[in-house]
Parts: sequence; C-alpha cells; structure tokens
Amino acid sequence: MIRLALLLVAITLPGHMARAEEIVLGLSRDQVAITATFDGSDILIFGAVHREAPPPVNADPLEVIVTVAGPPETAIVRHKERRAGIWINADAVRIEGAPSFYAVATTAPLGEVLSITEDLRLAVSISRAIRAAGNRAFETANHVAALVRIRKAQDVYRLQEGGVDLDRETLFRTSLALPADLVAGNYTTRIFLTRGGKVIDSYETVIGVRKVGVERWLYDFSREQAALYGLLSLALAIAAGWAASAAFTGWRR
Amino acid sequence: MQLYLPIAEVSVNIFLILGLGGLVGVLSGMFGVGGGFLITPLLFLAGIPPAVAVATSTNQIVASSFSALLGHLRRRTVDMTMGAVLLAGGLVGSGLGMAVFNWLRARGQVDLLVELSYVIFLGTVGAMMLVESLNALLKSRRPGARPKRRKHYWVHALPLKMKFRVSGLYISAIPPLLVGLSVGVLAAIMGVGGGFVMVPAMIYLLGMPTKVVIGTSLFQIIFVTAFTTMLHAVTNQTVDIALALLLIAGGVIGAQLGTRIGARMKAEQLRILLALLVLAVCGQLALGLVLRPAELYEIQSVAPS
Repeated sequence: MIRLALLLVAITLPGHMARAEEIVLGLSRDQVAITATFDGSDILIFGAVHREAPPPVNADPLEVIVTVAGPPETAIVRHKERRAGIWINADAVRIEGAPSFYAVATTAPLGEVLSITEDLRLAVSISRAIRAAGNRAFETANHVAALVRIRKAQDVYRLQEGGVDLDRETLFRTSLALPADLVAGNYTTRIFLTRGGKVIDSYETVIGVRKVGVERWLYDFSREQAALYGLLSLALAIAAGWAASAAFTGWRR
Repeated sequence: MQLYLPIAEVSVNIFLILGLGGLVGVLSGMFGVGGGFLITPLLFLAGIPPAVAVATSTNQIVASSFSALLGHLRRRTVDMTMGAVLLAGGLVGSGLGMAVFNWLRARGQVDLLVELSYVIFLGTVGAMMLVESLNALLKSRRPGARPKRRKHYWVHALPLKMKFRVSGLYISAIPPLLVGLSVGVLAAIMGVGGGFVMVPAMIYLLGMPTKVVIGTSLFQIIFVTAFTTMLHAVTNQTVDIALALLLIAGGVIGAQLGTRIGARMKAEQLRILLALLVLAVCGQLALGLVLRPAELYEIQSVAPS
C-alpha cells in the first residue's frame, strides 16, 4: 500500500514540477480594425517560458502549440447525389460550433507534441475543434471531413506544423496571416506548452476583430433600422439611375 | 483596388464589380430584362455569399431599370396603362409566390426547384423566341413579303376591354392581369425581376409591339424589385449598400449604352440576341444539374443556434 502511494507520488511529481514552467505572452496587436480598404492582417504571437527553477533534466523536449479560432458558427453541410439523372442535395448535416476561421501552429508534427487524450480534452486539432451535432458521429463523419477539406482548400482552416519557432526552450513566436474576408468577432487565441504529449501549461486570450468607421456605421444601420436602410438603398438606386440618364442626355447634346 | 464590403464581409476588387454591373446594365437597356438571372450567378463567382448576392442584385436592378426607363420615357415607348395592369397582377402574384416558396422551403429541396424552374422556363422561352424571330427575320428579307395581318385569338373575345393607346391595342384587361400574376409567382420563387418571361409574354401573348414591350417591362420590374429589396432589407438584412453602389455605378452607365444600342437595332435582331443569351444561361444551369460536380459537398454558414 505504501509502495503504491509512493508510486502515485512519483507519477504525479513531474507534473507538479512541470507547472513551474509558465507562458508569458505578447501579441503584436490584440485589436484588428476592419476599414473599407482592409485586405488582411498579420499578427505576431510571441512569448517566453517563465521558470522559477532550471528546466527538468532528462525530460521530453518542450513544445509549443498556438491555436486561433474565429467566432463560432453553425455550418450546414449538404451532400449531393445523382437521382434520376440530375445531381440533387440528398442529405444534410448540421454542424454546431464550426468556427469561420481556425489555425493551428506547432513546433513539430501535431501527433508528436500532443497525445490523443489531451487533444480529446482540449479540442486542439482541427477535427477535434469542430463538434458535430448530436451523437451520430458515425453518420456525420463524412460531412465533417468534407467541411475540413473544403475549408482547408479555402485556407481558412490551417495546420502549420513547424510554424512556431522556439529558441532554447524559452522564447517562441509565430506569425498569423488573417485573410481579407474576415468575419468580425472575438478570435480566441490559445497557447499550450507540452512535454511528451502532455500539456503542462496553457494560456488563453482574445484578439478582437472589429469593423470601424463607415463599415461599422453601415453594418449597425442595416441591423438597427432595417426599414430605413432599405429605403435609403432604394433612394440611392433611383438617384443614381436618374443621374446617369441626365448625364448621358447632356453629353449627347 | 480592394474594398471590404460591410454586410457581405468579404473583400472585393472594385473594378471587377464595376465591370459586372456595367455588363448587366447594357443587357438591361437593350432587352428590358432586369438581368437578375445573370448578375446573381456572376456575384456567386466573385465570392459574394448567395444571400447577399440575391438581395443586393435586386437593389441594383432598381437603379439600372430606372435609368433605362427614363431613356424609354423620352422616346415615349412606355405603355403606362399596360404597366399598371401588369403590376397589379404582379404584386398579387409575388405574394402567392412567396407563400409557395416558404411552403417548399419547409420541405427542403427549394434549391433544386429554383434551378429546375430556371432551366425549364429559360429553355422554353429562349427556344420559342429564337425560332419565331429567325422566321420573322427570314420573312422580312424575302422580296415582296406580305405584311403580317393581325390575328384574332380567343383572347380578344374576353370582357373588361381596355384601350392601351401606346401599344395600339384594345383588349380585355384579363390577359395582362394573368401574365402579371404568373410572372409575379415566378419572380418570387426564382428571385428575379421576371423580365425574361415578361418580355416574350407581352410580345406573343398580348401582341404588343417589341419597342413598347421593353419600356413597359422596365416600368413593372422597378416596382417588383423595389418591393423585393425592401423585403430582403427588413427580414434578412442582406442588402449590401456598398456592393449595390458599385454595381449601380457600373449598371446605370451600361444601361444608357444599352438603350442606345437597342434603339439602333432591328426588333428581330434584338429578340434573336436575347433568345441566345437566355439559352446560354439555361444550358449552363442544365449542365450543372447533369454533370458530376467537382465537390459533392456544399457548406452553408448560419448564425449559431
């Protein structure tokens, strides 16, 4: 019994020691402003590993994982099938919590730096970060795979293994290129330190993406005073139509 | 030059959108069609989300149709009386169509219905117009051809007769009301102004002269699309005013050019061109239904529940 207790202590001890390594994070910017001329943005995510004591000897190498997730959305994935000679939407799966943007950057291949159980617990990899609705995991697997494949091709879901630079197990940094067609909202940024596939520290912060200026004013206007916004759109259309007609008549004379 | 669109939430090339607007504007001015059946698929290709593309193109059609209508008003080729009768039928029709649309959406497969009705209607209308206008063109070239006599159908025996002075018609108000009604239903289901169905219906069913048909069709399209724009703005909030302005800027200029090109061409030639255009769009959609798509899955993003 005492041996068992000692064994338990021995197992949990490295974990306690490892927590002595903490993330200190910096962001080149924590706000992204979408203006009329916005065409993408680069964000530098960098930080250091803070230690009270020297790093453990003979331990697995330190690895860093950085994830950035856009605002959660629900995606409906439809599958086409051929019926009576034409391709029609045969079945659809509603996937809750599919972010509009998701990027994972690591210091080494994800399978090596993060164990499957840790991935299950923390939802780090792309396929884990997307939760299919209900428990019909078997039926929805194809649809989830299709969602990931299409969004990877659009470069809004990214896996950059080796995308994080780590210097002397202390300083790390990665650069994130946000696309031009960015959805406004809170982009949750998570950083994990791992040794031997186990997460020893994590840190979470938010990068706020906001529309500013005219963009914001128009967006709020269309939401808050929809009828007036509609009438304004029509008035502009009529005025532009009249102006063009008048200009061309004048030009012809 | 890139511009970030506030409602569509995508960044687009300004000149690409101006060009698309201009192209559709030329067609609108030449043929009196709103161009909704063309601009919406083109906007999908430019990367605009479908809901925003559909709603915003209706707003753009208001502008280009109004610009073209002013050109026709100056040449007195608009039959206001006929337009008003068509519109009365059209508004009732779009109400009915909206109900049908929602009923079908509740049962799924509304996309398929929209695509099938596009293929069927564009195909029939295009083929009919092409055959008829080719015949007319050949007849007009044959020397000593007899001028066509005005035919009398059952249509002319109906009650409620009205004078349509600009069209030179004295017919019952019932056929134009029915034409307006059925076009209204189609417009609501297919999300278009309905000009491509309206124009041939006025020529072949009501017997109106081609030159008057275009102005009158524009007159009625403006009201139908203005109504639809308001519906989209209030219920779905998918009208992107920045995108609309770019499309409009290109569209109004294009529409003026189109009206001038149209005025210089023969009615038969105009009809052949419109028939070919309608058939091309129909063929494109039909291929999409029959060919194996490159990607069998399709993603639609919705707000989190």
